[in-house]
Amino acid sequence: MKIISCMKPVPDPASRLIINETKTWIKDQDLTFVASEADNYALEEGLRLKEKHGGEVIVLSMGGEEAARVLRSGLAMGADRAIHLLDPKFKGADEFAAAATLAKAIEKDGGADLVLAGVQSDDLGTGMTGTMMAEFLGWVHATVVVGVEAAAGGKSLKARRELEGGINETVELPAPAVLTIQFGINQPRYASLKGIMAAKKKNFKVWTAADLGLADDAVGKAGAMYEVKEILIPEKKSKVEILGGTAEEATAALVEKLRKEAKVI
Amino acid sequence: MESSASVQEARQSIREEVRRLCQDFPDTYWQDVDKHEKYPQEFVSALTESGYLAALIPEEYGGAGLGITEASIILEEINRSGGNSAVCHAQMYTMGTLLRHGSDEQKSRYLPAIAQGKLRLQAFAVTEPNAGSETTRIETRAVRKGDRYIVNGQKIFISRAHYSDLMLLLARTTPYEELKDKTQGLSVFLVDMREVKKGLDIQPLDIMVNHHTTTVFFEDMEIPVESRIGEEGKGFRYIIDGWNAERILVASESIGDGRWFIDRASKYATNRVVFGKPIGTNQGIQFPIAKAYAHVEAADLMRFTAAAKFDRSEKCGAEANMAKLLASEAAWEAADVCMSTYGGYGFARDYDIERKFRETRLLVAAPVSNNMVLAFLGQNVLGMPKSY
Repeated sequence: MKIISCMKPVPDPASRLIINETKTWIKDQDLTFVASEADNYALEEGLRLKEKHGGEVIVLSMGGEEAARVLRSGLAMGADRAIHLLDPKFKGADEFAAAATLAKAIEKDGGADLVLAGVQSDDLGTGMTGTMMAEFLGWVHATVVVGVEAAAGGKSLKARRELEGGINETVELPAPAVLTIQFGINQPRYASLKGIMAAKKKNFKVWTAADLGLADDAVGKAGAMYEVKEILIPEKKSKVEILGGTAEEATAALVEKLRKEAKVI
Repeated sequence: MESSASVQEARQSIREEVRRLCQDFPDTYWQDVDKHEKYPQEFVSALTESGYLAALIPEEYGGAGLGITEASIILEEINRSGGNSAVCHAQMYTMGTLLRHGSDEQKSRYLPAIAQGKLRLQAFAVTEPNAGSETTRIETRAVRKGDRYIVNGQKIFISRAHYSDLMLLLARTTPYEELKDKTQGLSVFLVDMREVKKGLDIQPLDIMVNHHTTTVFFEDMEIPVESRIGEEGKGFRYIIDGWNAERILVASESIGDGRWFIDRASKYATNRVVFGKPIGTNQGIQFPIAKAYAHVEAADLMRFTAAAKFDRSEKCGAEANMAKLLASEAAWEAADVCMSTYGGYGFARDYDIERKFRETRLLVAAPVSNNMVLAFLGQNVLGMPKSY
């Protein structure tokens, strides 16, 4: 099976985030980046499928040096090779432009039997890139996947999806397909020290927009469908109110407030 | 030869991957281990299975064949993440003695199993009740009897002897009075504690930190001659060969602690509001944190200088000692500043400051007292007269 696993670099969750001067993003120059958590689950699933069915796992990411770092992490975990989409023109991409660029890279690499991505990223969390990528590729897809089985030498896939209310459904898809992987589907392995050292020798391709044959207005900010006007930190409010009266009266008043004002019951 | 960019990249990857592993062992894990004086089995297993504790073991024996620089990054990141690398660092400290002076037979017998995590070498028995810093005064005797040595004596402050399979033991093979050169007459043994039938008694010692420290008693303990490392009588030399590595690694743990304290202190100072503003706006709070930070970062430079010299097999006694001195003091300064920043909450166990505070204090005193480091610098580096 040829499996491509997408990895998005996001700020380390332990970072202190500060909004930039134009209020359109965070100051990310000095931050440490790590792979978005759900992408690690996706990669682990890919590595397990390869261990079972053979083939290769390729990690794919877009961005600057931070993307190279998460790709090296993916190689250290056990991926066979990496593709880094590196071009200043890619900057400012939204989900649409990112999906278009990633899909082109997958095509350029000769396609795959399966493309995996995390269900959503740790930063924007919209969960759209995976499905849009499937659309650009013209492939079937399944989202919020909590179990994957491959059959017929990877030509057919069975994916268990998580629905609302604790219900799961199983869908069968023909390969090639895109699956977006839910948190907690597995326990991602740690990169071993030997894995880190071996990663240095693995194939690491770097492609620009021109390599992908993409026009300038199709990538990055120019290719995006929406623009961020402002990001902000939600205002924190705290209020204390002492309810008077007897215990019964105060309880009744509290229940009323919880129901009508706080709307939590 | 590898490019320096590729070496730097690999070091950065090691740092990030160890950090990722450590994230699965949060404050609450270490608090629980500390409170109940448990051995952090799960953490040590995760670290071993991923090969990090085999960093210094040559590739031919199943390790990664890396240098002290990489090993130091691993230990630093453990402490930087709130963990305590003391639970497994002895394996790295002691490795040099076995690697440099052990026989091929000893290396091929033990190293592959250590690399695979099937065998632990985490006990290092040198200190005695009557011989701390003055190592040449140790009294534990190993007397040769045919193809065996008979060991009698006592060691103290021996960490993790209960959790280790192997113990590196320094014992006297020639009586002190019979020696002209007092640095001779000691020998090093790699004791396979699993095979010791009798005469080895390990008693826990209750101390301030969760190091599973013990007192070890030897009473006619028999060990085979093959367990001796190198030549008889040269043990002191073999042990001090490993001391520079040990000092660099301790410096790295201190730097990890220092960064952890600075992180906690600066975040708390930014978020804690008193009299209508964050306490960190007060220079009385802010400046000591900034100063401790500068000291930690400066110590880090000396650590990497020492580690680079060590890895090039250059003399690095001065740098290794200075790194240990500067880093342990900077970490202790950061600990103290963090405690002051947190005020009363620093003492509350839930905030985890007091645990680290206890742990980092140890590094000022052990494995070598900073006064001994100063004596080394004063006398061996600056050529001033000996004080003892």
